[in-house]
Amino acid sequence: MNWTSWDEFFRMGGYGLYVWGSYAVAIAVMTGEALLAVRRHRRARADARSAS
Amino acid sequence: MNAATLTWATYAAPSRFYTLAGRLIPWCWAVTAEFCLAGLWVGFAIAPTDFQQGEAYRIIFIHVPAAWLSMLIYLVMAFWAAWGWMLNARMASMYARALAPTGVLFTFLALWTGALWGKPTWGAWWVWDARLTSEFILLLLYLGYIALTEAIDDPRRAANAGALLALVGAVNVPVIYFSVRWWNTLHQGATISLTTAPKMASTMLTAMLLMTIGFWAYSFAVVFARARAIVLEQESEAEWVRTLATGAEKS
Repeated sequence: MNWTSWDEFFRMGGYGLYVWGSYAVAIAVMTGEALLAVRRHRRARADARSAS
Repeated sequence: MNAATLTWATYAAPSRFYTLAGRLIPWCWAVTAEFCLAGLWVGFAIAPTDFQQGEAYRIIFIHVPAAWLSMLIYLVMAFWAAWGWMLNARMASMYARALAPTGVLFTFLALWTGALWGKPTWGAWWVWDARLTSEFILLLLYLGYIALTEAIDDPRRAANAGALLALVGAVNVPVIYFSVRWWNTLHQGATISLTTAPKMASTMLTAMLLMTIGFWAYSFAVVFARARAIVLEQESEAEWVRTLATGAEKS
């Protein structure tokens, strides 16, 4: 294990902003895209139901 | 060929895809979760600190997989777009359109994480270096493809116009890949190659490959979900969609 405490883990040897800035944005956009895709499918499904 | 067989042949592919993809999506998510968690564990808990870059290098575990997928997805998108254009296969064109937003996402992530990695290691968020510039052009190509296909209402004409753009733009992918060899770039050379031994610790490589598989499974999950939506949107007149809509309430 590389880290002796959570604080050290979050600081990332002084690069915390860069490392966590990368990971936070990656998680945010990937979650966002997944939710959008699911919502689009649900909407298409609802439209198909109301059209038929 | 009578009317019934014609209908069957025309609609079978989208309806079969719809059902099959619906079954595969949960598995894709399971693989995504497993491999990303494993990748993050190896990447943060096991992989050692880099002797040159300190902890900043840990950005590599999303940067490289995102960059690889941004290129791979473009090639797959161009392939399906071309297939749909040549054979007039609607399902292929729908795959191409479903892939584009995920391509945008990974291209953006490659650029974003690259900027956050470039600042501490090069002292600049951005440079107009061959690798960075060609990756930026990839983003523009994806956005151009989406804008073009969305601007044309007729799905077939939209698919054909998009296919032309996707194919012409495909020339950019080898440019991105080989840019670090063809030109002097600030960007470092290839991280792994098939002909030479990896230049990085094996735990770092393991973490990167685990994350790549995770991102790959993620792409399948999201693209399948979007393709299913596109199928319903474009096939709303089809018999099977009506049966599906009025029938049993399963996903």
